[in-house]
Amino acid sequence: MTISAYYYCFVGILKREMTRFLQQRSRFFSSLVRPLLWLAVFAAGFRSALGIAIIPPYETYISYEVYIAPGLIGIILLFNGMQSSLSMVYDREVGSMRVLLTSPIPRAYLLICKLLATSLVSLFQVYAFIAIARLFDITPPLMGYVYLLPAALLPALMLSALGLFLSSVIRQLENFAGVMNFIVFPMFFLSSALYPLWKMRESNEIIYQICALNPFTHGIELIRFALYGQFNLQAFSVCIATTLVFLALAIFGYDPKHGLLKRKAGGD
Amino acid sequence: MTIKSAIRVIGSSTPLNFIGVFLGASIGFATPSLAEQVYVSNEKDNTLSVIDLDTLTVTATIEVGLRPRGITFNKDFSQLYICASDSDSVQVLDVKTQKIIANLPSGVDPEQFALHPNNKDLYISNEDNAIVTVVDTVKREVISQIDVGLEPEGMAISPDGKWVVNTSETSNMLHWIDSDSHELIDNTLVDQRPRHVEFSDDGKTLWASSEIGGTVSVIDVANRTISHVYTFKIPGVYKDKIQPVGITLTHDNRFAFVALGPANHVAVIDIAQQKVIKYLLVGRRVWHLALNGDETRLISSNGISGDVSIIDVKSLTVLKSIKVGRFPWGVAVKP
Repeated sequence: MTISAYYYCFVGILKREMTRFLQQRSRFFSSLVRPLLWLAVFAAGFRSALGIAIIPPYETYISYEVYIAPGLIGIILLFNGMQSSLSMVYDREVGSMRVLLTSPIPRAYLLICKLLATSLVSLFQVYAFIAIARLFDITPPLMGYVYLLPAALLPALMLSALGLFLSSVIRQLENFAGVMNFIVFPMFFLSSALYPLWKMRESNEIIYQICALNPFTHGIELIRFALYGQFNLQAFSVCIATTLVFLALAIFGYDPKHGLLKRKAGGD
Repeated sequence: MTIKSAIRVIGSSTPLNFIGVFLGASIGFATPSLAEQVYVSNEKDNTLSVIDLDTLTVTATIEVGLRPRGITFNKDFSQLYICASDSDSVQVLDVKTQKIIANLPSGVDPEQFALHPNNKDLYISNEDNAIVTVVDTVKREVISQIDVGLEPEGMAISPDGKWVVNTSETSNMLHWIDSDSHELIDNTLVDQRPRHVEFSDDGKTLWASSEIGGTVSVIDVANRTISHVYTFKIPGVYKDKIQPVGITLTHDNRFAFVALGPANHVAVIDIAQQKVIKYLLVGRRVWHLALNGDETRLISSNGISGDVSIIDVKSLTVLKSIKVGRFPWGVAVKP
């Protein structure tokens, strides 16, 4: 197997994801509407809810809109990661996924390509959102937009890997809604997306601990710090480690010899 | 230390880092800081905080009299006058030695004051006695005391030195005092609880904030009548919380900045357009404001949150909020 074959494979998967993204314009707009609604409606009502402490990476007082912007980027990545796994379940059901996985290229590589492709597509939406967010006075320094690229890509990979792993354990499309409720919403609400962790700690220490352990929190904090030109080593380390764990689980899940698919096939 | 760990220690400090640290240290020792300094009076700590405007850090804290509020420099910035309200005196700080060198007679409870362009006469409002005390800062004696309305507070002197204007919080008036005769010449009624007055650089307009009225009045100095009234509206902030206090104007008469007290915002007014163009979020109960020498930075004292916010005037964004003492009140910049 030559390097060009690997490259051809990656480009093929990326093109497929891009085409899907460009053809499903309604999906693009709906993925933007969700965070923009949070920003324009929810944040407007909660302007004074944030409190008054200055927390890193901010050096002064910020409005609630400014605070939740990184969390809303996280929402985009979270929903996209889950949506891509939803598409994997669908693809697998109608067969196109099986065609992809019969390629002679190692399955792990195929899955990594799929992760990268969905993550890169997510970044388009992230940049579209953050551009519109300027209208709401969310104006990080210009270099922040550059640092955002790698900082958003890593959580995008992490969440897509989680989605991929979930898709390997979900038997049917119908089961997916339940998993969304048990994974997406708890992950989002038990994070630093909507409130700073010190605020959580004020009300409940256990909830605070859960939030602090949630990898989604670390993804958001990585993005938050990067937007203001700072590097959060702890968040980076947690994201890298979690991505590798989810990826390994996904690869295991899609392995026809040992994986969960085999068990499911047997069950069917 | 093993050889391996020694190599690790050396390896962790790259040549560039080492050179940078060495040069930084040398420069630090060789030249004193030429940065502008911000002096902030901390009402509840009985101190002044000094902030380096380049590094945006507190470099000194100076013990002064009780309840320091209004502060202002003399013309050559060698001395800082401090209203030590509960000490019933105006203190003189020698800026170089950072020591109090004199206590001027000030009347009871001095709150705000203004130095006449002659660099000698200090006009002090005595909140509890409803008078304005005029002190000769050279002879260190009271020249005159002028009766004004109840609870005098704000004080400003026209750039030509002709007019001294005092606000009385309870009478809701601006009192126009002739600086030659020390006679009260006229009164202008403004909205409730006027706290601060400021002349434009050309001396043609006088700006007055009304804390309870929630407005800022612009007064035509030639006929001492109100020519325009500004109101403020911040999304998500109750109207009652918008309480204008400190005002500062740029020399080119382009912007007026108004501290909006418990609204925690500074309003930016485009003077030519007669319009509020932006509200800047700062700390809690923003009280007074000052511009630095070249007017690139605006500094606000935020009483309840105990910090000052540094604002970039060009981009109209808040750069940083710096912790100082408890209840920062007055602010003045030394070039």
